Amino acid sequence: MRTVAVVGASLAGLSAARSLRKRGYDGRLVLVGEEPHRPYDRPPLSKEFLAGAIGEAELALERDDEDLQAEWVLGTRATGLDRTERAIRLADGREIRADGVVIATGAAARTLPGTEGLAGVHVLRTLDDARALRDGLALGGRLVVIGGGFVGAEVAATAYALGLDVTVVEAAPTPLAGPLGPAMGGIVSALHTDHGVRLLCGVGVKGLGGERRVDAVLLEDGRTLPADIVVVGVGARPCVDWLEGSGVALDNGVKCGADGRTTLAGVVAVGDCANWYDPHTGAHRRVEHWTGALERPDSAVATLLAGGAVEPGVPRPPYFWSDQYGVRIQFAGHAAGADDVTVEEGSTGDRSFLAVYRRAGRPVAVLGMNQPRLFTRWRKQLTSAATAS
Amino acid sequence: MMIPACRLADLPRGEAHRLDIEPPVSVFHTDDGELFAIDDTCTHQDASLADGWLEGCEVECPLHASKFDLRTGAVDAPPAKLPVRTHEVVVEDGMIYVRLSAQAPNLPPCISARLAGGPA
Repeated sequence: MRTVAVVGASLAGLSAARSLRKRGYDGRLVLVGEEPHRPYDRPPLSKEFLAGAIGEAELALERDDEDLQAEWVLGTRATGLDRTERAIRLADGREIRADGVVIATGAAARTLPGTEGLAGVHVLRTLDDARALRDGLALGGRLVVIGGGFVGAEVAATAYALGLDVTVVEAAPTPLAGPLGPAMGGIVSALHTDHGVRLLCGVGVKGLGGERRVDAVLLEDGRTLPADIVVVGVGARPCVDWLEGSGVALDNGVKCGADGRTTLAGVVAVGDCANWYDPHTGAHRRVEHWTGALERPDSAVATLLAGGAVEPGVPRPPYFWSDQYGVRIQFAGHAAGADDVTVEEGSTGDRSFLAVYRRAGRPVAVLGMNQPRLFTRWRKQLTSAATAS
Repeated sequence: MMIPACRLADLPRGEAHRLDIEPPVSVFHTDDGELFAIDDTCTHQDASLADGWLEGCEVECPLHASKFDLRTGAVDAPPAKLPVRTHEVVVEDGMIYVRLSAQAPNLPPCISARLAGGPA
């Protein structure tokens, strides 16, 4: 293999590039990024960066002394993958021929249709989004966050600490019920109300008010929430449009095996755009977690370099964290499928506890609030159980 | 400076013992029976590596998955970018001692600010 192109220059793309070099690949390595920035860390965008506690230099993912001997093609997006020519087509007209391709194009924030061009309406996914939102929050006033997921909750917590008047609107009856289940979703999202942030659940958003600048959020039950600034945190969709017609099978992102392989030889997919096969559940699953973007590229790269002839290792159960209102929330495993959740240590009232999710008596997930040591122990136990099964 | 940490018999393999000095230092007893001492605070954000995931000669920060090599202090995985200091470990009469490194520590931005008297 003489040229490998990594399409996507965020954590998953960088991890793939690092893994290629670590595994001894010494050919030409090209990294393509739609954003003009070198790889940067996204979790702080809704927290420390948004609060102004850290700057852009601290977001950089590369170390100062790091040199991957790569060609960086930044500020242009991939528009197509030509399987006969084995080439990546770029928006600026260039073409990169490659023997191996790592698809790492991530996911883009969903927006509310019909709100384009309305000032004061934000999403938060990229550094540029975060810069704009930070400037918007600096003006103060009333913030309405649409969506009570983790990004929305972190933005609400940060904005509250900055002194804004904050309301969170969530269409589902309980926020975070998807990732955490209804009981724990309710306990974690109660952090909002503990801190004087309004949380409206079970009501959808009909639209936004305002001519050139947003001035209100209109709810489906007829209520109107006055707003100076609005953040739309309603999830993300995988960025795979550019692969239409390429021969790479798409289904909620790039459909790939447990080792990242796609339906095209010499092409693997990693990160938020990859819908990996999960041998534990026998189904495909697209996981938008930082740790997945860090850890999974190594098995995909091993597959790529070996021409597909490797047994995929067993991945660790999915892990993510969230910091809100000074509380550290950690979760590992799969809440879906659990039939029982028990608080094993601490108490939910103190916001310091550890809860274990079980299915037929066996632990399948663990949630910790301000319990990093216990959480690590349980996470290890969960991993050994997953590896043994 | 030699600092007594704990008795070797009180630190099982796979466990860590934190010394509450400023900045804190932790002694790790690996599954293979080796002892290492490093700065306890992750260089990315305030978290105790003694609470982390010990595997082989590597410890993973309990919060954000940064990994440090216990032998060299080198950071093996982001988001941390700077290494932790390593310290010499001496065992005498069943007691573990740590000889502190003379180097300056790499502390996360929030801790450095606090030690400098600024806002935490």
